[in-house]
Amino acid sequence: MSDEEAPREPSWKSLLRGVFAPATDALTEIGTLADLAGRSLLWAFRPPYRGQVFLAQLEFVGVQSVFLVGLVGLFTGMVFAVQTVYGFRRFGAENLVGGVVALSLSREMAPVLTAIMVAARAGSGMAAELGNMRSSEQIDALETMAVSPIQYLLVPRIVAGTVMVPVLALLFFLVGVGGAWIVGVQGLALDPGVFADKIRTLLKPDDLLQGLIKAVVFGFAVSLIACRHGFYASGGAVGVGQATTRAVVWAVVGVFVLDYALTTVLTPVA
Amino acid sequence: MSPAAPHVVVDRLVKRYGERTVLHGVDLTINRAETLVIIGGSGAGKSTLVRHLIALERPTSGRILIGGTDIASLSDVELAVARRRFGMVFQKYALFDSMTCFENVAFPLREQTRLKEKEVRERVLAKLRDLGVEHAAQLTPAQISGGMAKRVGIARALVLEPELLIYDEPTSGLDPVTSRTVDDLIEEMRERFAVTSVIITHDMVSAFDIADQLAMLIKGRVVAQGPPGEVLTSAHEDVQRFIRSSGVEASRLEKRRRRTPAAELAARFAAEAPVGHPPP
Repeated sequence: MSDEEAPREPSWKSLLRGVFAPATDALTEIGTLADLAGRSLLWAFRPPYRGQVFLAQLEFVGVQSVFLVGLVGLFTGMVFAVQTVYGFRRFGAENLVGGVVALSLSREMAPVLTAIMVAARAGSGMAAELGNMRSSEQIDALETMAVSPIQYLLVPRIVAGTVMVPVLALLFFLVGVGGAWIVGVQGLALDPGVFADKIRTLLKPDDLLQGLIKAVVFGFAVSLIACRHGFYASGGAVGVGQATTRAVVWAVVGVFVLDYALTTVLTPVA
Repeated sequence: MSPAAPHVVVDRLVKRYGERTVLHGVDLTINRAETLVIIGGSGAGKSTLVRHLIALERPTSGRILIGGTDIASLSDVELAVARRRFGMVFQKYALFDSMTCFENVAFPLREQTRLKEKEVRERVLAKLRDLGVEHAAQLTPAQISGGMAKRVGIARALVLEPELLIYDEPTSGLDPVTSRTVDDLIEEMRERFAVTSVIITHDMVSAFDIADQLAMLIKGRVVAQGPPGEVLTSAHEDVQRFIRSSGVEASRLEKRRRRTPAAELAARFAAEAPVGHPPP
């Protein structure tokens, strides 16, 4: 038996390593993400700038998500209108429905649900494509041709995610309010003038701004996490599948964690 | 750099992944315009060794000197500049799925040169024609066979006419006629541009035909290195077993092609391009 195959004896060191493994794994993961984000940021400002590659990613992340995000936005607005009318009728506050729906869509629902939709559709696609490129040596090939894979592959995807999620969130908000209008005014006989007036009086520019700030951060995080899992995928077809699953799961978890952090910072409750 | 100075020096290269040691202090010296063929069983560390030559892997210890520069010590930007003089043919072709074969071969020219699109087109089509895959120019890698993909991969590695070319099993999966065409191309690159080549192969006919030096790697150690004649007559038990299994006989050496000596090519290269490789 060779020396590298010799069985390892249990030791205090390995025991401690096992106990603290979840914490060290989490720190390692944060470090990997921070490293990738930093390198992507550096490469984003270095020439050459590849417009066509970037436009292709804008199209993939943004344009191809329009229908899905619009559909989810429409039904979210419609459901939210029904639930709000049902709840607010109990204490005669139906006139607030338009304003409350717009407020919750702009501050929470639009950025969070849009980011989740983008994670599920574009994030999984990014991770699968990059993972496949890793396992078929295409990323190595880029390096041997003196092209930075981070600049060529990651930067366009991360920038496209950061740019397109706010745009899609705005679309989600508008379609959602439209859906709430259809259900509330056409279906549940709310007064259209009051519905619109409450949106005007309750919804402030800061509410829209908070939603857009969240969407920018979520877009960056979702695409970064998706790229991280695809870029460092290993283990052939099985590894690519696992990387894709991890990309979506951790991107969605990341959205909720960041949502709480951003809401705490951006909402002056106290 | 003097043409007599070694082009590539691998100095006590050790590579460990965790507690597993893949390369145990490998030493190799390759002169300019020489072709080194690395042979050895599966899992011997051949691919790991060549990945170090183009800095796709960093050594655990030891040095890789290319033209006198330790490439493991270069920054990302310096490495990107150095890599413009390298080319690699990958075992699994590594063609970009999202591009056509033409775009794959044009990619290094568009990224690394300022050639006009007309010139790019001419060079790419010429290279695809040399490899017999011009008809596949507008097809994507998914639409062509493995053998054709291999040839497109070779065309992409050759199109920039690099100083150092690394081939990871260039003839595996190819028919015998195409395999000899690939050997001819490797030789042509050497004759025209004094290219130094490092080739991993299991094709012993090819190995004995085009090698200036053969190196045999067993379990991460070089057990024999030298001209094919020396390796063929090596007393090392593993070497003899490997060669016997491959069916190559000593008489095979008499059928080797006539080749210009590496030193002569290197001297010609130094006289024609004293400051480096001719730009593409």
